[in-house]
Amino acid sequence: MSTSTVPADNSFQLSQLWRDARYRSYTIQIIALVVALSVVMMLISNAVENLEALGKDFNFGFLYEPAGYDIGQVLVNYTSASGHWKAALVGLLNTLLVAFLACVTATIIGVFVGVLRLSNNWVVSRLMAVYIEGVRNVPLLLQILAWYAVFIHVFPTPKQAVKAPVIEGAVYATNRGFYIPGLTFDGGYQIVVAVLLASIAGIFVFRRWARQRQEATGQILPVGYITLGILIVPSVLAYFAAGMPIGLDYPVAGRFNLKGGLKVGTPLIALWFALSIYSAAFVAEIVRAGIMAISKGQTEAAYALGLRPRRTMSLVVLPQSLRIIIPPMISNYLNITKNSSLAIAVGYMDLTGTLGGITLNQTGREMECMLLLMATYLLISLSISAVMNVYNESVKLKGR
Amino acid sequence: MKKMILPVALGAAFAATSLSAASAGTLEDVQERGKLRCAVSTGLAGFSYTDENGKWQGFDVDYCRAVAAAVLGDADAVEFSPTTGKTRFTALASGEVDILSRNTTWTFSRDADLKFTFLGVSYYDGQGFMVKKSLGVASAKELDGATVCIQTGTTTELNLSDYFTAEGMSYEPLSIETNTEGRANYLADACDVYTTDASGLAASRATFENADDHIVLPEIISKEPLGPLVRHGDDQWADIGRWVLNALKIAEEKGITAANADEMAANSKDPEVLRLLGASGEMGASVGLGNDFALVAIKAVGNYGEVFERHLGTQTKVNLARGLNAMWTEGGLQYAPPFR
Repeated sequence: MSTSTVPADNSFQLSQLWRDARYRSYTIQIIALVVALSVVMMLISNAVENLEALGKDFNFGFLYEPAGYDIGQVLVNYTSASGHWKAALVGLLNTLLVAFLACVTATIIGVFVGVLRLSNNWVVSRLMAVYIEGVRNVPLLLQILAWYAVFIHVFPTPKQAVKAPVIEGAVYATNRGFYIPGLTFDGGYQIVVAVLLASIAGIFVFRRWARQRQEATGQILPVGYITLGILIVPSVLAYFAAGMPIGLDYPVAGRFNLKGGLKVGTPLIALWFALSIYSAAFVAEIVRAGIMAISKGQTEAAYALGLRPRRTMSLVVLPQSLRIIIPPMISNYLNITKNSSLAIAVGYMDLTGTLGGITLNQTGREMECMLLLMATYLLISLSISAVMNVYNESVKLKGR
Repeated sequence: MKKMILPVALGAAFAATSLSAASAGTLEDVQERGKLRCAVSTGLAGFSYTDENGKWQGFDVDYCRAVAAAVLGDADAVEFSPTTGKTRFTALASGEVDILSRNTTWTFSRDADLKFTFLGVSYYDGQGFMVKKSLGVASAKELDGATVCIQTGTTTELNLSDYFTAEGMSYEPLSIETNTEGRANYLADACDVYTTDASGLAASRATFENADDHIVLPEIISKEPLGPLVRHGDDQWADIGRWVLNALKIAEEKGITAANADEMAANSKDPEVLRLLGASGEMGASVGLGNDFALVAIKAVGNYGEVFERHLGTQTKVNLARGLNAMWTEGGLQYAPPFR
């Protein structure tokens, strides 16, 4: 027993800090803390010292100077006369855009692939296994570059694309990007948007009511058609009542490129594509793990009740496996967001490309830019975690 | 022995804190190392590229070799670091390299704000545009609405924006990281125009399969004085770099070549030639080098004109005329201060 080693007179000796089990853990923790702190202190003081030696100060004033460079794909008004902060904002929005798109498509593809991977059809399940193993074992950067090369070489140049449109006068696929009609907003469009939002809210209320009614009376309403009706009819009425304030802007052939319309650049498409394909493989494995973790008895019980395989999957197995799927899925979403910083490889101007790339380079403020960059990515990741954790709380097994 | 763990761990932690970036004179560092660390570009025909034997070659590379010859007496004692437009300044500022010789434009903010010292102009350049002949474009003023491939982190992207704004035209930038990617995108028609320094365009065009299908437009939209640079704060090192460059230029002016340098040092009547080649005076000692530092450098790579003709001149694939880079005595801008 360790207590027997304590001297009878209870006097404290210095060696007890190391030899006595009662104090040792404190000693070790304090030492670990001191070591950790001194490493951090060393890094900070080293940075400060070296910045001073280089004659560089530390301030963020450069963010308000004109950026001076242009960006290919922007979501907000931006010109080269805008400040560096605006360029960083453009980059941030581009990061969020591609991360969001990739999360959505990766989830959809991944769930499909994960379910098919468990299919009883040998060919299908083998094919999915080949896809998963092939994709997730090749570095993402190479995949992004490969997809980009495919896009710029396979799709026609704008001149050829004008002669061979996907939809005459509306949709064109070129090696510089896809052109689709854009929306133009005139006065009074707010009414239409407000009506649309109200309809969507109305749909939720209606569906809830319909479900309660079904549970209470057993009568089933044609929920699908009514939902569609609520979504479309009021908005269309409002659209005509307000004098058709929302129009379409079609792309037309220009001398070098197509003009007008909405352009989704090849860099964005290639990056989105590559991120989705790559991450979907991981999602598929997570989904497969989640499904396999549900005991076979659940499926058999569902079959015994007469449920078809598809309904068994969507009503019995998937809802239960969600509890297992969500936590690893959170880290997968975080990975997608962080992986989007490889965008610069194909010239997509995300946050790393603007703030951490051109701005850093033109202003030479490495420390400031890098710290801002890291803080921003941290913030994005923590937000995603927070949202997903809330969702996780809502689906996890409730302890009663 | 167990007792020793604690003090050793603590000692290691404190020893680490006392480490810091001590910077002695760059010259001493280089001599002690026996190697000059020089940042060049990742690959630009004529300026810096690796030949079939994997050896670095080019206009910017030869300057590094000249400095290595002057400082270490061996033109091959150079460690080349390929850098992109983005990484070059960090590499130099952090002390990862001793000198940056990577067709870098001398600007106020790089000189003053980024704390670098430019050692002179090794090549007078200007930004131009290259397009495919089939586009039927004859002037940069016709480029409204075009997609432009551009290397990020360079002065070119700022010039481009200024030029199109001033001309009231619009364009779509396609930002790429290296010259190689730029070429690939341009050739795949992902952009209509490739813009960079005119010398770089000529160098890229030289590597194309059908060089004649591409033209460089007549407009030069910027001044791009390219030159080597070092960090602020070591004036002796800056002087060495500056005067190796000047020595190469003076050598051309005075007709000193790699072949005749020894003979000139022995037989010349011109006092400046004798001072330059270390045959009279004690000039080398004032920058901490041997008296014959310029002689060694010239013997290693040749004079400015020789270096130019070997890598960029009309006899090479890059095929650039001397133009602004002729000696001042021949109507160009290359003019070195006197060596006295």
